[in-house]
This record gives sequence, structure tokens and C-alpha cells, in this order.
Amino acid sequence: MDLEDQANVNRLAETSGTDGMVVLLGQPDANSAGLFAETVTRGDPTWAGPLAGVPLGLPVYHVLEPEIKEQMDGDLYDEHVGLMELSADVDEIIEWVAVYRD
Amino acid sequence: MSPTPAILHASYALAHAPDLVRHGSKPVREIARDPSFLPRIAGSLRPWDEVVAYPPNQVFIGNLAPEDLASIPRPWYENRIDSAATDGPFGRMVTQAALYGLMKLCDDFDLMAIDGDLAEQAGADLVDFDHRMDRITGVDPAELRTVAEESDGLDLHHEGRRAGFIRTAHDQDEALAASVLLENLAGKATAVLALSDLLRRSRLGAGEIDYLLNCGEEAVGDRYQRGGGSLSKAVGEVVGCVNATGSDVKAFCSAPVHALIAAGAMVAAGVYRYVVVLGGGSQAKLGMKFGAHLRNGVPVMEDCLASMAFLVGPAGADGDGMELRLDLAGKHPIGAGSSPKAVYESLVVEPLVRAGLSMTDIDKYAVEMHNPEITEPGGSGDVPRMNYRTLAAMAVLRREIGRGDMDPFVAERGMPGFAPTQGHIPAGVPYLGHALEAMRRGSLDRAMIVAKGSLFLGRMTQLVDGVSLVVERPEVTRRHG
Repeated sequence: MDLEDQANVNRLAETSGTDGMVVLLGQPDANSAGLFAETVTRGDPTWAGPLAGVPLGLPVYHVLEPEIKEQMDGDLYDEHVGLMELSADVDEIIEWVAVYRD
Repeated sequence: MSPTPAILHASYALAHAPDLVRHGSKPVREIARDPSFLPRIAGSLRPWDEVVAYPPNQVFIGNLAPEDLASIPRPWYENRIDSAATDGPFGRMVTQAALYGLMKLCDDFDLMAIDGDLAEQAGADLVDFDHRMDRITGVDPAELRTVAEESDGLDLHHEGRRAGFIRTAHDQDEALAASVLLENLAGKATAVLALSDLLRRSRLGAGEIDYLLNCGEEAVGDRYQRGGGSLSKAVGEVVGCVNATGSDVKAFCSAPVHALIAAGAMVAAGVYRYVVVLGGGSQAKLGMKFGAHLRNGVPVMEDCLASMAFLVGPAGADGDGMELRLDLAGKHPIGAGSSPKAVYESLVVEPLVRAGLSMTDIDKYAVEMHNPEITEPGGSGDVPRMNYRTLAAMAVLRREIGRGDMDPFVAERGMPGFAPTQGHIPAGVPYLGHALEAMRRGSLDRAMIVAKGSLFLGRMTQLVDGVSLVVERPEVTRRHG
């Protein structure tokens, strides 16, 4: 997760609190999805960004997870996510994000 | 009848630059924060022979086909090629000393000084280069020390010593700071090498080139027009393109494909007969992902400046080229939307449908050809593989292939990434040399080059960009034309 995104998440957490805050990821592969999920739960594992040593413990989901998909408009989902749903390793991504969420 | 434009020759170069990694944008910032990074970077850089034998580099210069890379087990940095050559059918690698020599002979404002030993080594390593070699002169170490102490600028290192210096050209102008001039001079020098080699592969004299289109990413200019300048004529001047003028095309990573389409249009319209598209290496991107490489215990692999040049002219004018199908040029228009589906619809599907072709009528797709071994440790994944999977998914959505055919689609029409992560360099165009060779052999009919650019990085728009082009074996064009 780049430093700017980390700073934004950190700022939101500091100014609005983490209650009711959910992080929704869209990374197309399991490794980067896992890395992002780790960053917003346990802190930046690369120790390079504002979330280094900041374990926010935010609930984190991937846009490909069924509980997210079922809350979205079907046509809109197909337009924006359908291609990734077909091309990505969906099960592997979900598995990695769940490792850090749970 | 207007000429049919073709890519007649391609040329690529890799310049080993381990001691310029410390001047890359990311290393500079991180070393300032934590100086212990400097020795750790130095300890993780690869020696010249390992860089030469690195399989993706051998693919970049044409000694291996992309398909060969797929059969070499990862990590590639451990499975090196025995007896690897520095010269390939359409590219070559040069040493860091040669790179410094090229920068010195490109230095029209005496910005840079190198010591006598480095100058001598540069001359020896550039023995087959025949432009301005008398400009590679060195100073003695005492004089170099005086220059460095009395001027504002940057030390240049070679083999563990301070072997050169580049000075700031204006003390109140950030656009002429030594760090910016280093980027620009490195870009110019590496583009010069690619252009010089391109002309050697062609039967044309340098004086026959009419126009130069630089698609590199360097911001040449001064405080009143940062990035508003051009490198094209500066590059052409060095190799004797005395009858050429030129300009630069700026579009982040998609600039090379924009430039090739523009070059093809110039030739087709009869404005110019021979146009060269060229791009030098991006010094700012050296060591860009070094942090992830150090954390994962892999070599710091962003250690080379890559450059390229393509000769565009009338089909058949200088050997068997590959025809540029301008009628199949694709674009991502402003109103298209930025979802992956919208991007690929406009870039890939729309031009094919317009010509009555399907996605399976393209034998090979060249997407962003980033070497995954460089990007994966940083969490960016295997960029080409993700793009090929997306293309295959598009073909599924269009009912051109079944879901079970996605893997074969990717294997047959894609290839592993092999290009250095130098922005404009990986954007599809590293495949053009391979495509040219394959079309000359008759083993490839049609390829599509797909480039995307991150316009949003400059904070002036949230848009992405993209363009595509199709190259074709001349016999195929004639059969269907």
C-alpha cells in the first residue's frame, strides 16, 4: 500500500475513529491483497509508511468476496468487477485477506 | 498512392548502472532518512557478468525468445544463462564505464567530469562506437576533487571510488539541479546508443532520417518550462542525423505507442519518409523497489538503464519490416470510463470489431512487459500475467473462447514479462524486436501492442490512458488488404 493511501487511512482513523470503518480492497492478486490487508490490520509490514507499527485492526474485505458482491448492484458490479472476477484467483485472494481479518 | 507505414528495424540497449542506483528517486529519499541503506544497497547489487547472464536481460536484447523464458525456472537471477553474450540480434548490453563514456560524449555543457582511469575504461568498452569518441576525456583525481569541493552537484561513483562529478547548472533553478541533469543526460546517452545501433542495423545513413520522436519520460527544460523541452534533436545530433528535426511525445508509459502511431501517420501522409521513435532510460527509476528486494533477500535488480529505438518508414523500403495497421489503432477515449472492462473494450476489442476481426485473430498480445521478478517482492504481482488473464476474460465475456480455454489463451497469445521497470520501456514495445524477427521467419502473422499510462500520477486528472497498435506480416496485409 503506497504511503499516500496509508496516510489517508491513518488520518481517517485518527479523526473519525475506527468504529464503523471498513476497508474494501480491489487488488487483482493474492499477494498484494494480503499485503494490503496486513497493512490495515497489523500495520505496514514494510516499515516504510505511516502505518508502520500502527495495528489499526480494521475489518478488511476484498470486493470479490460474496458478502460484498451481494450488497452491490449487479449491473454495476459486472461493469466494474466482472472482468476481475473472471480473471483473478478469487479463492486465493479471499483466503489471504481472511488470514489478516480473522 | 500513400505509402504503407512499417516498422523496419528495432534496437534495444541495457546499460549497467549499479553506481547510479543510489541516485534513483526512491534510494535518494530512503538513504537520506536512513544512511544504513547505502551499504545494504551496494551489497545487494549484481556484478556485470550476472547482469549479462540474467535471462530476462537476454530476452530484452533478443538472444532468447520470450517463450524460452517461460521454461526457465524461477528465480531467474539464480538460473543464469551460461556463456551469455552482450550482443543480440536487436539489442546489446554495455558496462557502466561505457555508460559514463556515453554520458560524457553527450555532455554539451561541460556539466560532467570523470577521472582519467574511467575515461580510459569507457573508451575501451565503447570501441565499436563511432561518434564523438574524442570527447571522452578524463581529469586527474586532484582536479576532480577540486571541482567536487568547489561546485554544487553530485559525486559519480565507479567500482567503489568517486570517479566523476556532475554539477548543478543554475543555483536557483530546480530544473537545472545536478540530480535532474543526471536524469536527462542518462536518458540522452542511452537513447543515443539505441539510435546509433538502430542505424547500424539499417542500410540508411543518419542523414536520411527526417524526424525523431522521443518518448522518454525525462523532464527537460528550465524553471520557466519544466519538462517543456525536447531530447529528440539532442539525441539525433550526436549520431549525425543532420537532416532530422524532432519533438517529444509525453504520455507516461503509453508514450511509445502514441509515438509509433504518430510516426506511422507521418509516413502514411507523406510528410516524412523515415521517422525514428526513440526513448532513453529512466535514471529516476533505478532501485525503485530496492526496499522490497532487500526485505526479501533478493538482489536489487533495477540496476540497468534500458533504451530503445524503432525505424518507421514505407513498407519494404529497407528490408522486410512489419506493417503498421493504422486502421487498427486503438485508443482509450476520455469518456470511456476507467473500469478494466471499459479500458480493454476500447483498447483491444473496438479496433478489432471495427475491422471484422476477433480477439483470437491476434497471434500475440504485448502488454506491460514488467519483469515479475522485480515487481512481485513489492506486492505489485505479476503484471503481464494479470493483464493476459484480463484479456482472456474479455474473450470469455465475448464468447470467443470458453472459460476452460483461458489458460491456453494466456499461454499461446501471451508471454512472461522480461522488461526492466522503466515506465515507458515495458509498455508492450519490448516485444517489437521479437515480433520483427518472428515475422521475418514467417512464424508470426499479427501482434497487438497494448500500452497503458497512469495519467493520474501528475495530479492533473484522475484519468488513465491507453493506446494500442497492430503490426502485421506484409504478406498477411496483402492477402487481406
